[in-house]
Amino acid sequence: MSKKIIELNNVTKRYNGVTAVNNINLYIRENEFITLLGPSGCGKTTTLRMIGGFEEPDEGDIFFDGVRINDVPPYKRNINTVFQRYALFTHLNVYENIAFGLKIKKIPRDEIDKRIKHMLKLVDLEGFEGRHVDSLSGGQQQRVAIARALVCEPKVLLLDEPLGALDLKLRKEMQIELMNMQKNVGITFIYVTHDQEEALTMSDTVVVMNNGVIQQVGTPVDIYNEPKNRFVADFIGESNIIEGIMHEDYLVEFSGQKFKCLDKGFNQNEPVDVVIRPEDIELTAPEKGLIQGVVTSVVFKGVHYEMMVEGGGFEYMIQSTDMQPVGANVGLMFEPEDIHVMKRGS
Amino acid sequence: MVKFLRKFYMSLIFIFLYAPIIVLIIYSFNESKSRGHWGGFTLKWYAELFRDREIIKALYYTFLVALLSSIISTVIGTFSAIGIHNMGLLGKKFALNINYLPVLNPDIVTGIALMTLFISLNIQLGFVTMLISHVVFNIPYVILSVLPKLKQMNKHTTEAALDLGATPAYALRKVVIPEIMPGVITGALIAFTLSIDDFVISFFNTGPGVTNLSIHIFSMARKGVKPSINALTTLMLLTVVILLLLINKRTTKGDELIP
Amino acid sequence: MKKNRAKILAYPYMVWMIIFIVIPLFLVLFYSLTKGNIHDPSSLSFSLESYARVFDRNYLTSIVKSFKLAFISTLLCFFLGYPVALIIATIKAKYKNILLMFFLVPIWMNFLLRTYAWMSILSPNGFLNRLLSFLGLPALSIMPGQTAVLLGMIYNFLPFMVLPIYTVLSKIDKSVLEAASDLGANKIGTFFKVILPLSVPGIVSGITMVFMPAVSTFVISRLLGGGKESLIGNLIEEQFSLYRDWHFGSALSIILMIVILISMAVMSRFESDNDNGGAPIW
Repeated sequence: MSKKIIELNNVTKRYNGVTAVNNINLYIRENEFITLLGPSGCGKTTTLRMIGGFEEPDEGDIFFDGVRINDVPPYKRNINTVFQRYALFTHLNVYENIAFGLKIKKIPRDEIDKRIKHMLKLVDLEGFEGRHVDSLSGGQQQRVAIARALVCEPKVLLLDEPLGALDLKLRKEMQIELMNMQKNVGITFIYVTHDQEEALTMSDTVVVMNNGVIQQVGTPVDIYNEPKNRFVADFIGESNIIEGIMHEDYLVEFSGQKFKCLDKGFNQNEPVDVVIRPEDIELTAPEKGLIQGVVTSVVFKGVHYEMMVEGGGFEYMIQSTDMQPVGANVGLMFEPEDIHVMKRGS
Repeated sequence: MVKFLRKFYMSLIFIFLYAPIIVLIIYSFNESKSRGHWGGFTLKWYAELFRDREIIKALYYTFLVALLSSIISTVIGTFSAIGIHNMGLLGKKFALNINYLPVLNPDIVTGIALMTLFISLNIQLGFVTMLISHVVFNIPYVILSVLPKLKQMNKHTTEAALDLGATPAYALRKVVIPEIMPGVITGALIAFTLSIDDFVISFFNTGPGVTNLSIHIFSMARKGVKPSINALTTLMLLTVVILLLLINKRTTKGDELIP
Repeated sequence: MKKNRAKILAYPYMVWMIIFIVIPLFLVLFYSLTKGNIHDPSSLSFSLESYARVFDRNYLTSIVKSFKLAFISTLLCFFLGYPVALIIATIKAKYKNILLMFFLVPIWMNFLLRTYAWMSILSPNGFLNRLLSFLGLPALSIMPGQTAVLLGMIYNFLPFMVLPIYTVLSKIDKSVLEAASDLGANKIGTFFKVILPLSVPGIVSGITMVFMPAVSTFVISRLLGGGKESLIGNLIEEQFSLYRDWHFGSALSIILMIVILISMAVMSRFESDNDNGGAPIW
């Protein structure tokens, strides 16, 4: 495993008495693509800004390469940022925008030329040097912002919802481009977004945050398949979250029945939340299902149908290519590994 | 029909606007000193205008004060606007409301209030007090034209500069000020125009020997006819039209002519 | 972080504002509430005498007259200026610039020159009376007099009414007008139901921009009204430059200021789109 490049130890940040980030601990490894994910106001941007040096933590320490950097101003950090809505310098053209950081570092002119040329190639904007930034499309401005930050060869690149202002198609394209870029330049990306799909697509590691607290850290697959609590399950993808009771290891009760599952380590008869992803439930004939129910609504979603089925005292959401009309009696079928048991109320 | 009415109405308005100026222009070439009497074509009033030491001196002070006060107030105003922009909500509200006072107050109140201050402090009225008073009423306009530009700027622009290695001073010089330049220029132009046209505030805050064009015209007009004023009017109209045509050529949007 | 530090750039100006804006106004307030010799601080004592003098018949007449003339000239500027603004705003784009420019030329001329120009037209043996006698008509005695003062006010301040209204009108989204006619409004209906209400902010600032200089002027009334048409501006000016009665002059100034600030506050309630960061409380 590569070494830790950034560490946050017990970091807390308050604004006028409101806690934005609450005692978080996090480390980031070299060359990692890590995403801070959460709803707006969850503290993800504040965390990023503290790493960038735009905010100072009220408590705790931030380390960069083993050195405490709490009060190091942004212009002395070997970290660069791609800002929300890009924050390009509108009085400068594309070349001058990208050259801004290099000129401050007093890099010789021909070296600047060379590096900008290379950068423009990387972000696919060759020949745009003289263009005024206002004349560029959102996607192009976005790529100038990335080039402006990357050309300084930072050890860490911070990206604050960089794709937020782009339309869906462009976003998908840029997601792929960013991932490729990160692999090519081989530096750490810390990415902030509220879009769970974006986070799952791009990251090596996802950090789910809510109310200033880290809820779960893990690979996209872990986060999706094994949500640690109700918030994560709810925020990542669609889920059915049912209240249940853990009778003993590998046996959980919900919807009035007992089911085998793969979870263990709970107290006897502990109340729990049970998650079943809508795509993990299969529709069968009523008598073949584990739970019997009636279809209450059907919505066509393109790839699949989304159906609500009332049964066992709960309204289950089911995503399936097999459509059953409203009013049909159906059975719900799922396997023990589709059942995810979580601690209640955490 | 509507079209005709529009043209007719605009013609009337333009006659109203230009009649007095045209009358003065005609008089400026009138040999006879009397207002209603045509005594033949002459350029002697123009010659007299340029020989008139008082008028030349007034013009000199007018431009000197306008130039100095607009430069000083643009510099102070721009930096203050940046400061005010970065203040907390309460401080901003407080600063802006006081800043608004010279804009909202009648000129005469601003004028006598400043005069009261200078005399109470035993400061001799003259060039310096006139200059200070012009700076006092120019700064608010500079601030009011710079602030919107600061608000339009992406709030992360300064941070982006710091992020790329710029010190706060460098970011201010190379990023913030260039970004708000259009507002700074507008503010400077407004300040210059206000200063050059000012009468009331200068009238109360100047001392013996120092006048500007407005004060000079006021004292001449009270005394009665002086045809060299007519010549001055013609020259000013010419200057204004040429300047506006030049500006108009450079800008495509008509709205930008509005001071 | 940077945000908090940049605010110190405003501190020198805060001091400046206190010295040159706040203290002078307090001085005026102070003199308005005292009597005695202004050059001898020990002789000053609290007094409301100056405010009482405002109700003296002669002075009251001037004050009432100021408001009357300012009101009439504002009204006339509005009725004369609104059509001008509308015409400039709706004229073909290629004429718009040049029309606007020539409309603005006079206000770029010196204010005193503009007023002086009317003197040479309206004075007893001025251009107008020469013209009338040339046509065999009886002479008019407009100047010095109220009519001349009104004319001078309208001439000088008309552009201040037209400009803000024009600015608002030219920003009205064409699709709004199309929507109105689409919904069945005829031209007159569209004007009264859509254009006029949408231009209210422009009208409001036009009214303040005309009323304020009109009510406080002393140049126009002095030059075109002779000595007889004294307005509140003249009263203030005389107290400071002629009679050296700062106490009474200050009291008049305070009254003028309060009336104007109150009317501004009232007017600003009609202005819907006030997008200045710290909206003024005035």
